Amino acid sequence: MTKDFSVHVEHLTRVEGHGNITLDVKNGTIEKIQWSVVEAPRFFEAMLRGQQYNELRAITSRICGICSIGHSLASLKATEDALNVSISEQTQLLRRLAIHAENMQSHILHIGYLAAPDFLGVGSVFPLLASKHKETVLKIVKLHRLANEMSDLICGRTIHPIRLVVGGFSMVPTKKQLLTLQKRLKESKPVVHDVAKILLSVADAIPQFTRETEYIALSSDDEYALYEGVLNSTDTGRFHEYHNYQLLTNEYVVPQSTAKYTKHNRASYMVGALARFNLNSKQLHPWAQDVAKMFNLKPINYNPFMNTIAQLVEFAHSIDDSIQLIDTLLDRGIKEEKPTKVVVKSGRGVGLVEVPRGLLIHDYTLNSKGYCIKANCIIPTNQNHANIQQDMEKLVPEIINKTPKEIELILEMLVRAYDPCISCSTHYLDVTFK
Amino acid sequence: MSTKPRVAVFDFADCEGCELQIANLEEEILDLLEIVDIVSFREVMKEHSDEYDIAIVEGSIMRPMDEKRLKYIRSKAKILVALGACATIGGVNKIRNQWMPEEVMKDVYGNAKVKGNELFNVNKTKAVNEVVPVDYYIHGCPIDRDEFKHVITALALGKKPEIPTYPVCVECKKNENVCLFERGMYCLGPITRAGCKAICPTNGSPCEGCRGLVKKAETECVWEVLERYNLSYEDIRRRCTMYNYGRAECGAQ
Ligand code: SF4
Ligand code: SF4
Ligand code: SF4
Repeated sequence: MTKDFSVHVEHLTRVEGHGNITLDVKNGTIEKIQWSVVEAPRFFEAMLRGQQYNELRAITSRICGICSIGHSLASLKATEDALNVSISEQTQLLRRLAIHAENMQSHILHIGYLAAPDFLGVGSVFPLLASKHKETVLKIVKLHRLANEMSDLICGRTIHPIRLVVGGFSMVPTKKQLLTLQKRLKESKPVVHDVAKILLSVADAIPQFTRETEYIALSSDDEYALYEGVLNSTDTGRFHEYHNYQLLTNEYVVPQSTAKYTKHNRASYMVGALARFNLNSKQLHPWAQDVAKMFNLKPINYNPFMNTIAQLVEFAHSIDDSIQLIDTLLDRGIKEEKPTKVVVKSGRGVGLVEVPRGLLIHDYTLNSKGYCIKANCIIPTNQNHANIQQDMEKLVPEIINKTPKEIELILEMLVRAYDPCISCSTHYLDVTFK
Repeated sequence: MSTKPRVAVFDFADCEGCELQIANLEEEILDLLEIVDIVSFREVMKEHSDEYDIAIVEGSIMRPMDEKRLKYIRSKAKILVALGACATIGGVNKIRNQWMPEEVMKDVYGNAKVKGNELFNVNKTKAVNEVVPVDYYIHGCPIDRDEFKHVITALALGKKPEIPTYPVCVECKKNENVCLFERGMYCLGPITRAGCKAICPTNGSPCEGCRGLVKKAETECVWEVLERYNLSYEDIRRRCTMYNYGRAECGAQ
C-alpha cells in the first residue's frame, strides 16, 4: 500500500517526563522512526560533587518522585559499600519492605492510572469515574493508597523517604503498626484478584507483538531478587563483578535525546518487571505465579506490552512477600536501633537494586573526608531507550496498514508499557558519541 | 459551560514528585474535582486545553526553550501557582549553580557534540519567579498534600490562601519532638519556613530547608543555637546550599 503520513507525538502523556515519537512514511516506505527524550538535563552527577556522604541519599532521591525509595536504597548501598558499613538484619528486612512498598505503589499507578485508560479506550482515568468502570477505579485507588501508606509507615514519607539513612533507619515502625499493615495486606488480596480479572477481560487490547531481545536483571539464589542479587542476562548469564557494571551497561549518547542509551550483547536490552519475570519467575510466591498463569505469561516472554502484566504479577508477589517479611520482623522483635556508626574514609562504592522500572545503579567515589568527588547513576529507563527504538523499528512495518491514528496509539502504548521514567533518565557522565 | 475554574498542571525540570503528591490525594482528588476542572495534566491525562484560569507550574527553568514555554503559559493564565521547591526556590537543581553551565555540561556530557542542539542549551537553574511573575507558592520537596488542597480550595473560592511564615521549629515543638540538636544532629528548622508539620524532625531526620528560608529569621536565636552546640556558621551555610543555594546568608549574619 502506498501512502504518505507522519505521526508526531510531542510530550507523550501519562508517562513520567518528556518524550517524543516521530514517524515519517512516504510512498508507504518508512523514512524515519524515532523515540527521543527532550527532558531538560538536570546534571545530578555534577550536583553530587562536594556533597557529604550522608547527604547523597537525600539529593539523589530527587532524581525521581516515583522511585525515590529505590534511588535512596541504591544510594545508601553505594555509600555503605564505599565506607564499608554493614547493616543490621532488622535494617535489611525493613529495606526489603520499603522496596515492596514502592514496587506496589509504582506498579499500580502504572497499571491503573497510566496504562488502563488505553485498554478501556479513554484518555485518562478521570472519565472512567463517571462510567461503569467507577468501581474498578476505586479498587485501584484502594491498592494505591495501601502501597502509599505502607511507604509512609516504613520510610516516613511516600515521596522522598525520610527514615532511610546511612547505616540504618532514623525511626522504625512499632509492632502494632506492622500488625495493622499486615492485616491490610491480607485483606487486599481479593481486591488484587478482582483487578486482575478485570484486566484479563480487556487483555485483548494488549497488542500481539514479539521481538527477541536480551533481558537484564538482578538474580539471587535465595529469592526473587529486588534488594540484593547479582547481575544476570538472558543472553550471557550471571556477571559477578558488580564494580565493573560498565562492562554490561556500555552507555552512549544519541543526538535526539538528553538521556543516554545503553547496550550489551545485542543492539539493545530490556530491564524492568518483564526482564525480572523472564529471569526469575520460578522464585515468585505461588499466588503471583497463579496470576501469571491467568494471563498465560511464561518465561521467556518477548512481548514488551506484557510488561504491564508482569507488573501485576509482581504486585501480587510483593503482597505475599511483605506479609512474610512482617512475620519475620515480629518473630525476632522490632526495636529502635541506632544506625551503624560510620568511620569516614576514602573509597568507591557501587549500589545495585531492582526498582519498579528495572535495574538501578549508583556509583560514588568519596575522598578521605567523606565528600563525594565522582558519581555515576545508571537509570532503568536509560537502559530501555534503545530497546524501545528497536521495538518501534520492528513494530511499525507490522502495523503500517492501520490508520495513522491507530499507529499513533499503538506506539504510545508501546512506550507506556515500558513505564518510562524520563525525567530520571537525563543524567550522565563521561560520555562520548558512538 | 461550567463556572468552575479551569486548572492546568505543567512540569519543567524536576522529579515530578509534587505532581505525584497530587495523584496521591487518591479519593480526595474527587472532592477537588467538584470545585475545579482539570483541563491539562500531562502526567496523568491525554487531553489538553490551552484555555485555563489557574496554571500550576512544577519544576525549575533550565533552558531558553523552557523560558519561552513558561512565558506562554503565564500569558494564558489568570493565576500562576509555583508548585514545590524546584519551582518556588529552584530546589536541589540550584546546587549546580555553583559552577558555570559550560562546566557541568562538560562534566556530564564529556566530549559529546551537543553544541547548537537546543535540547542541550542550558542556562543556570532558575526558580519560576526568576522568569515570570508568580502569584502563589506551594512550598516543599515534595509539597504537603493538605497544603495543596488548602491552596487550591482557597483559590477556587476566590480567597487568598494562608501559608505559614514562622519557622519549622514551631511545628516541631507542637509535635513534642526532642530537638535534634540535643541528639547531636544539625537541623535547619530554626530558619526554614513551616507548613510541612515538621515532617523530617518528627521522623528523626534533620530539616534540610526545602520550604525555603523564613523571611525574617530570628538571627539571634540561630546564633545562640550555633554557639550552644559549638557549631560553625560555615557548616550551616553549607547545609543551606542543598535547597537554598545563593539565597541570602541563611538567616545568620
Ligand atoms: S520540589 Fe522536590 S518533589 Fe517536587 S518536583 Fe522538585 S524535586 Fe520533585
Ligand atoms: S531545630 Fe529542628 S529538631 Fe530542633 S526544634 Fe527546630 S525543627 Fe525541631
Ligand atoms: S522539615 Fe524541613 S526539609 Fe523536611 S519537609 Fe519540612 S521544610 Fe522540608
